[in-house]
Amino acid sequence: MQTWAWLVLAFPLAGCIVTGLGFRVLPGRAPGIIGTAAIFAAFACAIGLIASLQSHDVEHRQFVFVGWDYAKTVGVDAKVSILVDPLSVFMALVVTGVSALIHLYALSYLWSDRGYARFFAYLNFFVFSMLLLVLAANFFLLIIGWAFVGAASYLLISFWYRRTTATRAGIKAFVINVVGDVGLVLGTFFIFRSTGTLDFLGTFKQASEIPYGDVTAGCILLLVGAFAKSAQIPLHTWLPDAMEGPTPVSALIHAATMVTAGVYLIARMWPLFEQTQAAADVGFVIGCLTLLVAGTIGLAVTDLKRVIAYSTMSQIGYMIMAVSAGAYAAGLFHLMTHAFFKALLFMAAGSVIGAMAGEQSLDRMGGFRRAMPFTYGCFVVGGLALAGVPPFSGFFSKDEILALVGERHGAFWILYVAGYVGAFLTAVYTWRMIFRAFWGEPVPEARELEEGHLHHADVPRNPATGEEEDIDVGFPGPEHHIAEQTGSMKLAMGVLAVLAIVGGVVQLPFGATDWLDEFLAPTFHGSKYFDSLQPTDSFTLVGLLVGAVLGVAGIAVAYFVWVARPGTAARIQSRFAPLHRLFVNKWYFDELIDVVVVRPFAWFGRFGQQTFERVFVQGTLVDGTSVVVRAGSAAVRTLQSGFLRAYAALLILGVAGVALYFLLQS
Amino acid sequence: MAIGWYLAVSAIIFTIGAAGVLTRRNPLVTLLCLELMLNAANLALVAFSRMHGNGDGQIFAIIVMVVAACEVTVGLGMIVAIHRRSLPVDVDELRELHG
Repeated sequence: MQTWAWLVLAFPLAGCIVTGLGFRVLPGRAPGIIGTAAIFAAFACAIGLIASLQSHDVEHRQFVFVGWDYAKTVGVDAKVSILVDPLSVFMALVVTGVSALIHLYALSYLWSDRGYARFFAYLNFFVFSMLLLVLAANFFLLIIGWAFVGAASYLLISFWYRRTTATRAGIKAFVINVVGDVGLVLGTFFIFRSTGTLDFLGTFKQASEIPYGDVTAGCILLLVGAFAKSAQIPLHTWLPDAMEGPTPVSALIHAATMVTAGVYLIARMWPLFEQTQAAADVGFVIGCLTLLVAGTIGLAVTDLKRVIAYSTMSQIGYMIMAVSAGAYAAGLFHLMTHAFFKALLFMAAGSVIGAMAGEQSLDRMGGFRRAMPFTYGCFVVGGLALAGVPPFSGFFSKDEILALVGERHGAFWILYVAGYVGAFLTAVYTWRMIFRAFWGEPVPEARELEEGHLHHADVPRNPATGEEEDIDVGFPGPEHHIAEQTGSMKLAMGVLAVLAIVGGVVQLPFGATDWLDEFLAPTFHGSKYFDSLQPTDSFTLVGLLVGAVLGVAGIAVAYFVWVARPGTAARIQSRFAPLHRLFVNKWYFDELIDVVVVRPFAWFGRFGQQTFERVFVQGTLVDGTSVVVRAGSAAVRTLQSGFLRAYAALLILGVAGVALYFLLQS
Repeated sequence: MAIGWYLAVSAIIFTIGAAGVLTRRNPLVTLLCLELMLNAANLALVAFSRMHGNGDGQIFAIIVMVVAACEVTVGLGMIVAIHRRSLPVDVDELRELHG
């Protein structure tokens, strides 16, 4: 088992090194094939890992493997050690599985890009970092993995580094993620202060002995890290901008894996969060807010990838809410199904964007239904799963979260209702996107494609700003690729579509299947909520019915507004103009952060540079010192007259003076 | 004879030397006056040596003579060098090293 675990980490790292160093010598598609093979190998090892884990007793399914001591000094024992337990293996499986398919997709999608090898090196580096994050057995490695995935995200968002919009988005993502990293590190300090160990298992053993203040502060700071990584309010603004990265990146990092790291963190730290109701409260309130806010923005945004990005935020809101409220298995279940259908939606969106020659605006799309039947099929499957229509995977996972949250009674009813409102919004905005892109009058690009010819723009333009672009290195490549014409994209999407349909089978309601619950049970052994939260059958049934009805109703509303009566959307927009402005401007979060954080800091920076630095440091300290030294030396210099006799007189007078002094003394 | 007389002579010679160093501008004379000051000190040393009845002061005096000989050698060499480069032989004129 130990070998499997280390191999899971080793393959992506090796892939990263080979493709990263060999970009000059590797011919053609070799970097992509090496990178993809590395991830498939890691996936195979993850399967080996789960098989060997399952062969142990239920009570003994937590293993810590120590690689080597990294640093052991002054009471800090930082080991390079990995924790293999059901939760980490589950995450490793999801990460490697979805990554493998997305690598397969990117193999064709980025083929004409000049940075092909660089892309796969970054992507493999990301997978390695993410696996490090989920397999870490102590805070030390967790923080390293956490920072590495942030760096990988930055590199991949800014992958087209000569696009100014992309580099800006990368910087934004990195800065906000660093805020989260600081939260994570400080939270670790608070916990380490009381426990004196960085080890997860050691920390959890002492969880009940940590003073309440420390554990609360530590957990809330950990939540800051989780919110930044998982794009929760108010640290979410980087995620929509991160859509500047290539579509496979959006699918892998900004939908399926990295952004769910926050969910993993809360689930991993459950013994701490169960000690402090305050931190858990913060978690599910923010999760609930995010799912509603992101859902409303998703209704108004017109950029295809940004709609899916807001949907991601909203779905992660559900997961954060679930794991903060103690519904761990449900949250992780949704994490898995969401990884399937959201990666699928992004891949399908990438295919549509390919057909539009890089254009991403929904306003310019329409009628792709006949031109791209396969992509349309994938979009429909993903859309149904996301909207929570039975029997697709999203239906079961979302309703399980809401049933368990509702089961906690009290104020949790608010979350329960908000969750269903969010589910309705999800259905509406998802199907708005599908109807607008695939239904209605075919746009010229769609007609061209129906005749079997893929549209290419005369001049490549940045879809965000309309600027003209090169097709050289640092910009998107000249060719576009759609699923209909490339086998590997089709294969990756097909597998994900099947998973999005049947993914719910691991955890069917009414105890029909309970595989995920049973599998994860050893990790959550001793939890207050894991076993005790059992909704009654009637409550579950009501939830399922409401969820199904809301999902179908949302699709119906979208159909009426955007297909049956095409003018309705504009009428609603003009009637609720202020509300529409609020949604289109993303609830003014960017502006809020600008006013509250960016401008004060910029002002402070200018003050520091122009006033403090120039006037005080430069003017007073540095220049002042030199003025004093100059004046002093000018005064002393005049004594050096060069008159030998004056020196002699001074000497003699001095000696005489000293002699006189001693004479008078005695 | 009391030590006071020796010291008085020594003080007078020292004062003459010092006055010469301060007032004369010819480096040669300045050197001679320096010699006077050194020898005044020697005189005092020898007088004290005699008074205490041991030879320490006389050894000191001999060392001072050696130092004086060296100093005169260097000083005279410099004066000759100044003269041969036809610079003014006047300590007030030779003030290139002023600040």
